[in-house]
Amino acid sequence: LLGAGGGNDIQWCFSQVKGAVDDDVAEADIISTVEFNHSGELLATGDKGGRVVIFQQEQENKTQSHSRGEYNVYSTFQSHEPEFDYLKSLEIEEKINKIRWLPQKNAAQFLLSTNDKTIKLWKISERDKRPEGYNLKEEDGRYRDPTTVTTLRVPVFRPMDLMVEASPRRIFANAHTYHINSISINSDYETYLSADDLRINLWHLEITDRSFNIVDIKPANMEELTEVITAAEFHPNSCNTFVYSSSKGTIRLCDMRASALCDRHSKLFEEPEDPSNRSFFSEIISSISDVKFSHSGRYMMTRDYLSVKIWDLNMENRPVETYQVHEYLRSKLCSLYENDCIFDKFECCWNGSDSIVMTGSYNNFFRMFDRNSKRDVTLEASRENNKPRTVLKPRKVCASGKRKKDEISVDSLDFNKKILHTAWHPKENIIAVATTNNLYIFQDKMN
Amino acid sequence: MESSLDAQSLISISLRKIHSSRTQRGGIKLHKNLLVSYVLRNARQLYLSERYAELCRRQQHYPDGAPLLAMPACPLPAAAAPPELAGIPLPADTQDREARSCAVVRGGAELLEVPVCAAPPELQRAPCRDSSPGFYRAAGSAGPGGGGGGGGAPPGLLYAASCDFGSGGAPHCSSRTTVLDLDTHVVTTVENGYLHQDCCSQCPCCCQPALGLASPPPTPGTKRKYYPGQEEEEEEGVEEGEPGGGGVAGGPPFAPCTKRARFEEYSAEHPQDSNNISNLISIFGSGFTGLVSRQQADSEQPLNGQLCGKQALASLGAWTRAIVAF
Repeated sequence: LLGAGGGNDIQWCFSQVKGAVDDDVAEADIISTVEFNHSGELLATGDKGGRVVIFQQEQENKTQSHSRGEYNVYSTFQSHEPEFDYLKSLEIEEKINKIRWLPQKNAAQFLLSTNDKTIKLWKISERDKRPEGYNLKEEDGRYRDPTTVTTLRVPVFRPMDLMVEASPRRIFANAHTYHINSISINSDYETYLSADDLRINLWHLEITDRSFNIVDIKPANMEELTEVITAAEFHPNSCNTFVYSSSKGTIRLCDMRASALCDRHSKLFEEPEDPSNRSFFSEIISSISDVKFSHSGRYMMTRDYLSVKIWDLNMENRPVETYQVHEYLRSKLCSLYENDCIFDKFECCWNGSDSIVMTGSYNNFFRMFDRNSKRDVTLEASRENNKPRTVLKPRKVCASGKRKKDEISVDSLDFNKKILHTAWHPKENIIAVATTNNLYIFQDKMN
Repeated sequence: MESSLDAQSLISISLRKIHSSRTQRGGIKLHKNLLVSYVLRNARQLYLSERYAELCRRQQHYPDGAPLLAMPACPLPAAAAPPELAGIPLPADTQDREARSCAVVRGGAELLEVPVCAAPPELQRAPCRDSSPGFYRAAGSAGPGGGGGGGGAPPGLLYAASCDFGSGGAPHCSSRTTVLDLDTHVVTTVENGYLHQDCCSQCPCCCQPALGLASPPPTPGTKRKYYPGQEEEEEEGVEEGEPGGGGVAGGPPFAPCTKRARFEEYSAEHPQDSNNISNLISIFGSGFTGLVSRQQADSEQPLNGQLCGKQALASLGAWTRAIVAF
């Protein structure tokens, strides 16, 4: 990955950047989720303003065989609006927390998008023809005076400019008291789960008026609350298995065949805390912000504030691999607590072959860890490298001591520039990296 | 090495975060507030243990416990206690009407464990008189330092004074929390406060029935139990206390106090010192048992046969519910 000459190292090149150039970021434009669809042809983003923007990859151009197709805007729609819960006097944010694609079954595409309280199933379909020649209507839609209709004609479809329409097909509401943090589609493609701080519900995609509660960790007495659910995901192959992570750094694997209410886990993954690292903030930094199964289903990856851990589903007592994302921040936890950065929820993702994992950091840096070679690289998403096919230069943060040339000291990192959301194309070496309000697309350099 | 001062500023910062979370868009974020409460607890642990260590050091110099009784640094005559209490400056963010913590300075000793007073404004007394008795640990003193009649020590008088709650009849150890359960939409008003055994056992002015049932006052050389039940009986059993129900196994039924209070007394060399922070420390109680058991060890320091107690954390109850209520 460091491009030191190894044949398998990926050299990442800038491909595109989407979003405003402005340094002044409008809050609604803050990207809150990024997700490729199953083929990788579509790339969806959600933002704080409740909008979803879908990009589509161009078909490969024969004259430009050295690069893969570009992603262009395919559809934009307002998924969620701000709401007000009058009963509880609470405002419900329209921010899109997660988007998950359904596998394609017909010409249309379907995705689930969720804010804090409501999940919606959207159908995105193309229209490239329209009926013309109505008997009773003018072309503009006005009804003709019946007395002027003297002949009968049948409307025919004529080609038109491509229009991409998004329509909400299902709205799954009123099932979550707390804030939804995850949605995950089951491998049966019929059901999905949604998780909030204390509960996980199972839905059928066709049924909106009820859901099954499958996990409930709300204590009888809220005074005894010690942990919350932070993420949940279905196993990619076993439709009865899912995992959920907690704010205490544990992951529970549950089998829905065992009982209707999966409060008792089948497996509990937990690594004992290193007592020498104990600090005021130990609980915060051990809270898991994301959990993702590998494509194979054999492993899962968790992200906590400072590290990425890979777990083998067959071993509960410790992860099989641990990667430090930005260990140099450990001595800065107090400041990061003061400025709230310590609560940032970083996501993580696998590449298509499960050999590399990626996650974001500060200063618009993002990190990749090659599980086979054990090498890692830090790259930056910045408009300064925005010439297409410019190879990204690896970055290095100097934790202490003398700063070498080209290194960046910890104190000069910009903590407002954080990369929380990244996504990897399911098949190719194409990655989407979201800075605060921009979406960067990088590809490997094809020779 | 994190110093006591860091602990104080952390506590202050954390309280600010909790306070501002109430006005954030999208409602209270349960996860974030939970994490903040952990920091608060950790900071408080450190702060308390440092103050405690200081107390023990002081006792080493004055083994007869004289200073504790005489409280040379304790400028508060009983009569002045209430106004003194009222005068304790609380940080702005907790002076909020539904303020979360109340503190009482008793005889110059800083009270470290106080119930959360998430009381509606009309119920709220000027800084927490309701946290009065029982929080006083008479280390090395003969008889219950907190005992109302004890030797005319200022604390005893303080108790009496503090028990005077004006609005006749309200149990002194109660503060009310109004709670909205987000799931059931039930609004309940809970009488929170210290378990009567804890706070009233030493108090002459109230909870008479509890007196006889409370654990005997500590005598020098023994481990003081702050609450009825075995010392081994961890917060688990204790925290189950529900409003209106006895929460402690084997304990007498007591009025709706769901909090488990832990009372330490630290002599205040600087009563105004750490000011608000030490006074506020108690907001968070022992809701998180895992943390409690982990942190307990360092605070147990038997020294010279002096009374030393574990730091039990009062239940977190009211604030958690208060969070939920918002």
